[in-house]
Amino acid sequence: MSSRILNWFKFSSPATFYPLAGKIQKVATVTAVVLLLIGLYMSFFVAPTDYKQGEGYRIIFIHVPAAWMSMFIYMVMAFWAAMGLVFRTRLSFMMARALAPTGALMTFIALWTGAFWGKPMWGAWWVWDARLTSELILFFLYIGYIALQGAIPDVRRGDRAGAILALVGVVNIPIIYFSVKWWNTLHQGASVSVTKGSSMSAIMLEAMLIMTFAFWAYSIAVAMARVRLVILERERDTRWVSELPEVRG
Amino acid sequence: MDAIKDFFYMGGYALYVWGSFGVTALLMIAEPLVLAGKRREMIRRLRRLARLQSEQSS
Repeated sequence: MSSRILNWFKFSSPATFYPLAGKIQKVATVTAVVLLLIGLYMSFFVAPTDYKQGEGYRIIFIHVPAAWMSMFIYMVMAFWAAMGLVFRTRLSFMMARALAPTGALMTFIALWTGAFWGKPMWGAWWVWDARLTSELILFFLYIGYIALQGAIPDVRRGDRAGAILALVGVVNIPIIYFSVKWWNTLHQGASVSVTKGSSMSAIMLEAMLIMTFAFWAYSIAVAMARVRLVILERERDTRWVSELPEVRG
Repeated sequence: MDAIKDFFYMGGYALYVWGSFGVTALLMIAEPLVLAGKRREMIRRLRRLARLQSEQSS
């Protein structure tokens, strides 16, 4: 086995990943705070007033990043679930567990800010629109995943059951993404796409992208913090945990 | 002074903009705090566990 493969699996053991996750968490936290400050400043003081929605459109600077994150985190969660099932690496299941609460939080923020934006612009807090409904289903998937794993005392069975639910739910992500095109109900189409660039003004797009990276860094920092907790919980009887500087004290 | 008042007025969308940003900020501050609390508790538990094990073995 060439050393490159061996070394790739080096970080798949909780003991070696725990300190690495700590470092990633620190870097991601600093990045998130800096980007959030810049992003918020741009969202309120640099981005111009919208000709139609006035100041109300500024909700876009958290609504879109949160919505993107809600879908992205679910895909990453499903990826780790699949990795866990294929390679039987327990750390993959721990990563999936660590991501779910933050994914649920981002989905809730997307739904909440969407409602607070929809009320002044569409005149309704909630509409059974294709995009909104599939995002709500995503929220229930996250809650279902967390509840399912919470309900199964045996950790290994919980990992497996959660992983299968996460993989079954992946089909919902393209539905959310393409819902605006397929059903063309109330929610507007994509104004930013990887292929066609964006139909937004440059400054608004820039502010939104900075906020997106800020939300990304935030999610990484929180997921790393939570995965360290999950590792400590599961490895509490091991010697390496008892010898950790923070435990030996 | 009224520049600040205008800012918070947000062109008449104050409720909606601050309702969105406020709840988002609340959640994105609460989550790390909850995690930090859980970490402190976990470390305390692990310390007790380590002490118990060392007492039994000595």
